[in-house]
Amino acid sequence: MTTHSITVTVNGESVRRAVQARLHLIDFLRGDLGLMGSHVACEHGVCGACTVRVDGAIVRGCLVLAASLDGASVETIEGVSDRGEIRDLQDAFIARNAAQCGFCTPGMLMCAADLLGSNAQPTRAEIREHISGNYCRCTGYQAIVDAIETTALKRVSSDAGGAKP
Amino acid sequence: MKAPDFIYCRAESLADALRLKAEHGDQARWLAGGQSLLAALAFRLSEPTALIDISRIDALRGITFDAGVVRIGAGTTHTALGVSDIIRRHVPLLAEAVPLIAHAAIRNRGTIGGSLAFADPAAELPACCVALEATLIAVGPKGERRIAANAFFEGVYATALRDDELLTWIEIVAAQADEQQTLVELTRRSGDYAMAGVAAVLRGDAAEITHARLVFFALGDRPVAAAKAAALLVGKPLDEAQVALAATASAQEIDPAGDLNGGPEMKTHLAQVVLSRALRQIMTQAKAKAERTAA
Ligand SMILES: Cc1cc2nc3c(=O)[nH]c(=O)nc-3n(C[C@H](O)[C@H](O)[C@H](O)COP(=O)(O)OP(=O)(O)OC[C@H]3O[C@@H](n4cnc5c(N)ncnc54)[C@H](O)[C@@H]3O)c2cc1C
Ligand code: FES
Ligand code: FES
Repeated sequence: MTTHSITVTVNGESVRRAVQARLHLIDFLRGDLGLMGSHVACEHGVCGACTVRVDGAIVRGCLVLAASLDGASVETIEGVSDRGEIRDLQDAFIARNAAQCGFCTPGMLMCAADLLGSNAQPTRAEIREHISGNYCRCTGYQAIVDAIETTALKRVSSDAGGAKP
Repeated sequence: MKAPDFIYCRAESLADALRLKAEHGDQARWLAGGQSLLAALAFRLSEPTALIDISRIDALRGITFDAGVVRIGAGTTHTALGVSDIIRRHVPLLAEAVPLIAHAAIRNRGTIGGSLAFADPAAELPACCVALEATLIAVGPKGERRIAANAFFEGVYATALRDDELLTWIEIVAAQADEQQTLVELTRRSGDYAMAGVAAVLRGDAAEITHARLVFFALGDRPVAAAKAAALLVGKPLDEAQVALAATASAQEIDPAGDLNGGPEMKTHLAQVVLSRALRQIMTQAKAKAERTAA
């Protein structure tokens, strides 16, 4: 068994660990660091439950080797929640009942935040397209699309409001 | 399932990669974005002894344009390919293909080199490279080799690359002024591998098509060029009658196996659907371009 020593910034904190070569990022986060917010299901890139950020870009946590991340910066749902970055999105998910069993929710939120970061006013079709790699077995997606759309509209109107003296 | 145990090493340069490969032998595999390989390992479809990570090799990333030729580093991610101005301007087919590949989180890591070397028959980029008559450059212990895209794909997950060779760059001649490129595919869900798709490259004007390359994907064991259908288009203007003629002819040039999506008859039908849509798309594009030039 080969292990690698890696230093990774996780949610702003530098951590150093020895990891097995075959360990993927999601098991590293959940198993080694106890960050259970990101979920894992299919383990082969299909469901999106494991969506996290590496160096600012969303990735499948099950399709990245922890050993390859020496020097990288990782952000999980715990990090973005604690910083309040997606408070409004989370509130909208609750208001719209877009989280039922909640299994897909952390990945869905990371994916939705990614979309709103690059497209302030996505159409419903664009929202559906962007979350098309994240499976939800409960909601039927309608409520999730509603929640993301509502958040986008609120952000745009509060930006416009904030611009006034 | 969990992947089997293996050795992980990160190559810092091309020379380093070749040295590591020589050291770890033929059971070592290149690891690029890992978006196909790590999924395969999780299924234990493959049990390499070592993975050589080539994703940090700077020389393999980036897109340049020089003397009419676009050169793409094999390690360029799908995302980087999709946002490149050089690609949008000179190889619009690739820019059109990128959003159809998987999902944003996968495109952020998956690479063009990985997609070509993996050679999934339903993947978009191999068919694009064949339609564009791209040149694939491989580097191995014996030096550099240039391989024409249509000789590169040898079957399901099989390519002309030797075990110790690394795909390094892809060269594509920039689109000519009278060239139209497009890609059409059908999927059950957005981001899935296609059930049927076609990459089309045509040159010419309203009076006459002078060049046509039509390459199907997900309809054979590798990208399949519909050469007879393409030949029917050349020397004539592109119109509805020609579209119908080419679509019918193309059905004779493929022999798709049935898959989870449907039997050979359905796949053959879908081939004609995607080809007709692609050619109509090109008619619309050409018309819009002619109007822009006239205005
Ligand atoms: C859920 C899901 C959906 C997907 N949908 C699509 C889709 O619709 N269309 C599509 O085209 N793809 C799809 N993909 C695959 C994706 O595009 C991959 O990024 C791509 O196939 C492989 O690229 P990679 O860089 O991740 O390669 P890796 O997974 O790292 O490697 C793949 C193979 O290529 C070899 N390799 C990699 N780079 C090189 C190189 N430079 N030289 C020689 N050999 C090399 C590796 O050894 C390995 O055998 C999907 C993947 C997933 C998980
Ligand atoms: S667990 Fe990673 S995509 Fe399903
Ligand atoms: S809320 Fe249950 S899977 Fe989405």
